[in-house]
Amino acid sequence: MSEQFSVKKYLRDLPLPFCPGCGAMTVMSEFLRAVHELGHDDLSKFVFCSGIGCSAWIPSPYFMADSVHTLHGRSIPAATGIKLMRPDVDVVVFGGDGDIVGIGLSHFIHAARRNLDIFVIMVNNMIYGMTGGQVAPTTPFKSITTTTPYGSFEHPLDAARLAVTAGACYVARWTTAQPNELKESMKKALGIRGFRFVEAVSQCPTAFGRRAGFKNAGEMLKWFKENVIPIHQAEKMTEEALGGKIVVGEFIQRQRPTLVENIYKAIEEAQEGNEKS
Amino acid sequence: MKKKPERNTHFWQGNEACAEAAIVAGCRFFAGYPITPASEIAEYLGKKLPIAGGIAMQMEDELASIGAVVGASWAGAKSMTATSGPGFSLMQETIGYAFMTETPCVIVDVQRLGPSTGQATKCGQGDVMQARWGTHGDYSAIALSPNSVQEMFELTIKAFNLAEKYRTPVILLADEEIAHMREQVTIPSLESIEIVNRRKPKLGETAFFGLEEVPPMPTVGEGYNVAVTGSTHNEYGIRFTADPNVHKRLVERLNSKIQDHADELAEAETHSIDDCQIGIISFGCTSRAIYEAVEKAEAIGVTVGYARLKTIWPFPEKIVKKLAKTAEKIIVPEMNLKQLYYEVQRVAGGSSEIIALNKIGGGELITPEELTAKIMESVKD
Ligand SMILES: Cc1ncc(C[n+]2csc(CCOP(=O)(O)OP(=O)(O)O)c2C)c(N)n1
Ligand code: SF4
Repeated sequence: MSEQFSVKKYLRDLPLPFCPGCGAMTVMSEFLRAVHELGHDDLSKFVFCSGIGCSAWIPSPYFMADSVHTLHGRSIPAATGIKLMRPDVDVVVFGGDGDIVGIGLSHFIHAARRNLDIFVIMVNNMIYGMTGGQVAPTTPFKSITTTTPYGSFEHPLDAARLAVTAGACYVARWTTAQPNELKESMKKALGIRGFRFVEAVSQCPTAFGRRAGFKNAGEMLKWFKENVIPIHQAEKMTEEALGGKIVVGEFIQRQRPTLVENIYKAIEEAQEGNEKS
Repeated sequence: MKKKPERNTHFWQGNEACAEAAIVAGCRFFAGYPITPASEIAEYLGKKLPIAGGIAMQMEDELASIGAVVGASWAGAKSMTATSGPGFSLMQETIGYAFMTETPCVIVDVQRLGPSTGQATKCGQGDVMQARWGTHGDYSAIALSPNSVQEMFELTIKAFNLAEKYRTPVILLADEEIAHMREQVTIPSLESIEIVNRRKPKLGETAFFGLEEVPPMPTVGEGYNVAVTGSTHNEYGIRFTADPNVHKRLVERLNSKIQDHADELAEAETHSIDDCQIGIISFGCTSRAIYEAVEKAEAIGVTVGYARLKTIWPFPEKIVKKLAKTAEKIIVPEMNLKQLYYEVQRVAGGSSEIIALNKIGGGELITPEELTAKIMESVKD
């Protein structure tokens, strides 16, 4: 880490598309800081995949790297094809909560189950930002959104816990009010194999904040700070007491044989079997 | 090492021939989801592809299957999926994405009888228009239609070659009948089979999405810094979501790189198309009835010309027009309720009378007798 960190080193010279105060920018810069601290001078070791949404724009086309900006919800399938055919590159997926655990949920679960070696970073702004603030599968109960004007009548999905259940090797959740923890988890995830998932609870002042009664991004960050509960503490709390809270921390770290290992082993065995016969 | 015989003959099922051809064409990634009558392709490839050093994956659904195929293609692999009507419908959004991002890949649609789950195990030819207009937006398709097991082999290889040459998704529009029948297939020596591979850019080149009719295609992970997006993009892959000129330039090129080559892409088996009373335009399993019907008609002095289309899309207008110049009437037999018919009408309706012969239900084929009867009826009126 000899050089001074600058996001510019990793970015194309293009104006960024995010609203002022958008948490996606924090996620973008903390990821690049993680990459920098791991000693990468450029992004040539990585291939980025994303779907559709504000958060999916983080890598594409801003990162000076290979990036495949796919359809809404389909980043993980593309990442599957890329990783299997190019096991040597590190495939990183960026996406919003709608992209990853709404329309793309089944791919997320199956990739974790298969232990596909990819790193998925989900910007959970609790809303469909790009389309103007409709309810998401992560929207807190009773929130006012453009499609739930009387308050959401559904309960949100806990993507981090789901990833643990589905078989992920590394799972962490932080908020954008904890940039350092977020970055450290990204560094850790980048250093291990298997399906890795980091959820960044993030502020969308434009499409969520306003309707939820927050004046600006700063107020949303304050809300995050006041409501985070570390996971070890949360484990001792009742479901009722956890209502409205954001459980943060590392949910799991474990080793399992990865899909790439399993598949290439199967190929080898098939070829050996064929030679013998 | 044993020396391979020059020519190989096999007794294969259509789906098996397709799978074998994919490997010969260089396919090294297959992703699919089980569906009758296409599942055997996944099963054969599951067995054979690993031996060839490739990967065959069963995904969670067709959305994931075609998505992984697109990803694998950008990772440098020739890739394919195989499905039937319902799965083909689910894949449409990503087929449009592959078109927009110029991603070579092969989609095999073994047609069955729809709409919906219809008669799932029975043969139909109802996806002709889905192959052409299935995705949204201004799009041009390449679709090939085999009418024998031999052609399942040949056209699968051709599908890969065209996908690589034009950097676009190519559809092999097969049907249940051809996919499940067993026939003898003769494979020429492997060295004599033409295999086309995508043109790769030189390092330092950056115009991966324009400047040329078919731009060179980089592989991710090789230092090209390629930005791939299904949103409107300029020649360098940079997104322009509002500029009318960037959109027009891109989408017109994507369409014209196929449409401008329609004549070159058009392949058909023809018979007497420049001198006949009655014409027939047919494709796929239905076209197997032509030979006997034509023989019978000709035996009693009716001259019949036909174009049996191997290329369905882009529609082989030149060939159809040629037939229309001489044929007073053109019969279009198909196992749907008029799909290719209207296309023939559009191209040849001004000079010939276009007569439909349709049959749907139970997978029952149009028989040579039915076609002969239609020919005779057409001669009489
Ligand atoms: C198949 C499909 N359905 C719907 C859309 C419209 N759409 C675009 S982005 C989006 C949701 C974005 O929400 P999220 O993924 O959470 O990302 P954010 O913008 O909040 O970062 C939707 C519904 C689409 N592009 N494609
Ligand atoms: S709409 Fe929300 S998520 Fe999208 S850029 Fe603006 S603040 Fe960020």
